[in-house]
Amino acid sequence: MSNQYPKNTVQVPTFNTYRESDAGKPLVLDVRNLGIDFGGLTAVDSFSVSLGPTEICGLIGPNGAGKTTIFNLLTGVYQPTRGSVLINGIDTKGMSTHKVTKLGIARTFQNIRLFTDMSVLDNVKVGMHNQIKCSFASSLFRLPGYFAAEKRANARAMELLDFMGLADLADQKAGSLPYGVQRRLEIVRALATNPSIILLDEPAAGMNPSETTELMHQIRRIRDTFHIAIFLIEHDMNLVMNVCETIAVLNYGRLIAKGTPEEIRQNPTVIEAYLGKEDGQ
Amino acid sequence: MKKTLLNKDKGKDFLTYAVVIVAFVIMQFLSSQGKLSSAVTGYLVPVCCYIVLAISLNLLVGVCGELSLGHAGFMGIGAFSGVVLATLLKNTVDNATLRLILAMVFGGTLAGLIGFLIGIPVLRLRGDYLAIVTLAFGEIMKNIIGNMYVGTDESGFRFAIATAKPKLVGKGKWILSGAMGVTGIKKLSTFAVGFGLILFTLFVVLNLINSKEGRAIKAVRDNRIAAESVGINVTTFRMKAFVVSAFLAGMAGALYGLNYSSLDAAKFNFNTSINILVFVVLGGMGNILGSVISATVLYILPEAMRGLADYRMIIYAVVLILVMLFTWSPKVKEYTSVVADRMKHLFKKEKEAAAK
Amino acid sequence: MNILQYLINGISIGSVYAIIALGYTMVYGIAKMLNFAHGDVIMVGAYICYCVTVYLGLPVLAGVLLSMVVCTVLGITIEGLAYKPLRGTPSLAVLITAIGVSYFLQNAAQLIWSSNPKSFTSIVSNMKPLHLFGSLTITGEVIVTVAVSVVIMIGLTWFTSSTRIGKSMRAVSEDRDAAQLMGINVNRTISITFAIGSALAAVAGVLMCSSIPVLMPTTGSMPGIRAFTAAVFGGIGSIPGAMLGGILLGIIETFAKAYLSTQFSDAIVFGVLIIILLVKPAGLLGKQVQEKV
Repeated sequence: MSNQYPKNTVQVPTFNTYRESDAGKPLVLDVRNLGIDFGGLTAVDSFSVSLGPTEICGLIGPNGAGKTTIFNLLTGVYQPTRGSVLINGIDTKGMSTHKVTKLGIARTFQNIRLFTDMSVLDNVKVGMHNQIKCSFASSLFRLPGYFAAEKRANARAMELLDFMGLADLADQKAGSLPYGVQRRLEIVRALATNPSIILLDEPAAGMNPSETTELMHQIRRIRDTFHIAIFLIEHDMNLVMNVCETIAVLNYGRLIAKGTPEEIRQNPTVIEAYLGKEDGQ
Repeated sequence: MKKTLLNKDKGKDFLTYAVVIVAFVIMQFLSSQGKLSSAVTGYLVPVCCYIVLAISLNLLVGVCGELSLGHAGFMGIGAFSGVVLATLLKNTVDNATLRLILAMVFGGTLAGLIGFLIGIPVLRLRGDYLAIVTLAFGEIMKNIIGNMYVGTDESGFRFAIATAKPKLVGKGKWILSGAMGVTGIKKLSTFAVGFGLILFTLFVVLNLINSKEGRAIKAVRDNRIAAESVGINVTTFRMKAFVVSAFLAGMAGALYGLNYSSLDAAKFNFNTSINILVFVVLGGMGNILGSVISATVLYILPEAMRGLADYRMIIYAVVLILVMLFTWSPKVKEYTSVVADRMKHLFKKEKEAAAK
Repeated sequence: MNILQYLINGISIGSVYAIIALGYTMVYGIAKMLNFAHGDVIMVGAYICYCVTVYLGLPVLAGVLLSMVVCTVLGITIEGLAYKPLRGTPSLAVLITAIGVSYFLQNAAQLIWSSNPKSFTSIVSNMKPLHLFGSLTITGEVIVTVAVSVVIMIGLTWFTSSTRIGKSMRAVSEDRDAAQLMGINVNRTISITFAIGSALAAVAGVLMCSSIPVLMPTTGSMPGIRAFTAAVFGGIGSIPGAMLGGILLGIIETFAKAYLSTQFSDAIVFGVLIIILLVKPAGLLGKQVQEKV
């Protein structure tokens, strides 16, 4: 797969906004001057960000700043008007969503998008789609390859569900689960694609404080277990400040700051974007 | 936990196979005892065809979630190509059953191939637009077959799509002759082969549904964007379902065509497509056993009501509307659940009284 | 016959398609359902007009008006009995019910009027055809059909853009829930849409049978499918789209029959439809709605 695309291996620079353990390793996500126009409206403009292989980065900004649009650009749902997105060094230009996913990016959705009529286990197995090696003929005619592949898939899916504490719910219908559980199932489904980076779109939305705390632990645990990068949009500042190693701040479709939580907290431009100008009040 | 889930699926599939096999054994037994009237015997093969058509359309409409209004087109392709092949092989293949099976495979393959060619441009459309395009293809197919001439003469195999009957070179014969269709078909279809085709269809469709492909197809139906986001190529899976469905419809068409002595293109019109769709929806979307039962009942129902002459189709229409209202209307559902609750309550009381 | 003659004939047939397509498109826009029984309402309209003029001997105008009244009542009744209870259920359930209604109407007509074709007397039988430039013939039917459809199109455009009910129809088709929250009576609006669509179907039935004077219980089904195609062609849900689609379809059909082949006219018409949809997936004037992610 990878050799059919020109590979561009930029390495993680060694200055302090990145994790020390990532230094010198290739970037998992490298976004350069990304921009998109809808009609005459510029939704995102000259947005650049890069993530090391095990970095947890937050994307914050006021409502309508273009955060979800950026996720849609990264996953090929929208094609950018300007700029480029490199995943594991491969330019995603012109690729459709399913191809981009195969490069190692997976996501969850702000408005949960589960396969509601299917069981929890099947939702995860759909996520493992490209991992299950079993030909069309062998699944059509139940050749031996089918049984072996299904067995492996079941075991792996249960392992992943267990990881997020959902193993007991495996045979429930996904649509019947409570909100917080559905969000966690979406994360499991994203992990099932065997990604090198996952995008979480407001993972804590609609969760109560104890669920949010639990989620914070899980996000760190995901990174530490799977050794992947996590890029997340979140409005819960407590979660962002505690979990993220770096934070990118978006306003009116432009990146206004990127840095450690501490730097962002003290950045005057960020404070202005969130609270408005002091003399304006 | 995981085991129960798998067992549940397996149990349902097993039930589907069991129902079909038991029904076949009973009908075979009755037939060998001479207990079946000639009318009922006449229904056996067409019922098999419609069951297969309903299952194959259910794969598309119920499992894949794409409305198709042109299923009769694929049935027609299978029917005519099957009949033509069977006629051509009359002298080369002696065994009638083998000839029938070859005709079915040929009809299915051709239908699947045309399904694939149609699918390339068409499957980019969705929902009602896909429905109207499949309708259009069904009509085009009927129109083309109605002006198609296939035969043999001294120059060999002849094939033409023309507005007027072309001339044959020397001694020869048209097998398919435009709007006249095919006449003088040697009937080859048997109930046993029909039963075999149903089993084959169940095997393929149920296996497909419970495989990685089936999950992908259902995922595309439930949430296209999420399916793409986990790396599923939506078009590929819609295409797979479309081609498998067309292939099975083509096989059923060949079985159907070889059950009658004459056949013309007008049979495979919009109304036939709609009838198959009715079987699918009343049997339950994605419910394969439901398709089997509803195709059987709904095919036999109007036939059995022949005694009612002019009233039969109007009764059929009313039954159809009422069934839809009873199975879908939220108000009716609410009402029936209230009634059911009361009955349960009453029953309980009686039981308690009896216990005392 | 020259090209102008074919064009005029095409516009005439197309006008009928356009009137039927309006019924499809309005109902689709507002109730998001394919009303397959619409074609059969056309047939009922033509039969009523036939009965009133032949059996009762009343003037043509009375026949047309009465058939409009009957079809309006029929449309509202069908909607109330068969479609309304299924509101909010999957569109396929409603589609099958519509097919049931279609069967019902066809077979009821067969019981009442038998399946023998009736020869429909043109409503403008006493009007002399116009002869222009020597070779061009414009029949009374063509003049009346085109005139009526122009009036209907202008009337409907005015109705949906300027009246209160028309505006609420547009609101409901845009966003049913929001319209309901704004105090629009959605059920009543849908009933009115069916009423208008069915009245138009009656007019279309009379006009169609004036040009092609064979009346049978299945008379409505094929023009119904064609008009449905026309509605999709123009962009289903769009009123100007239905008009444009209907007229274009009529012209394409006439030209295909005249210059290419009569036998293959179905294949050509549907082929053009497919090509249009592949180039413009939402039809000529339809809006492409992008799913929000």
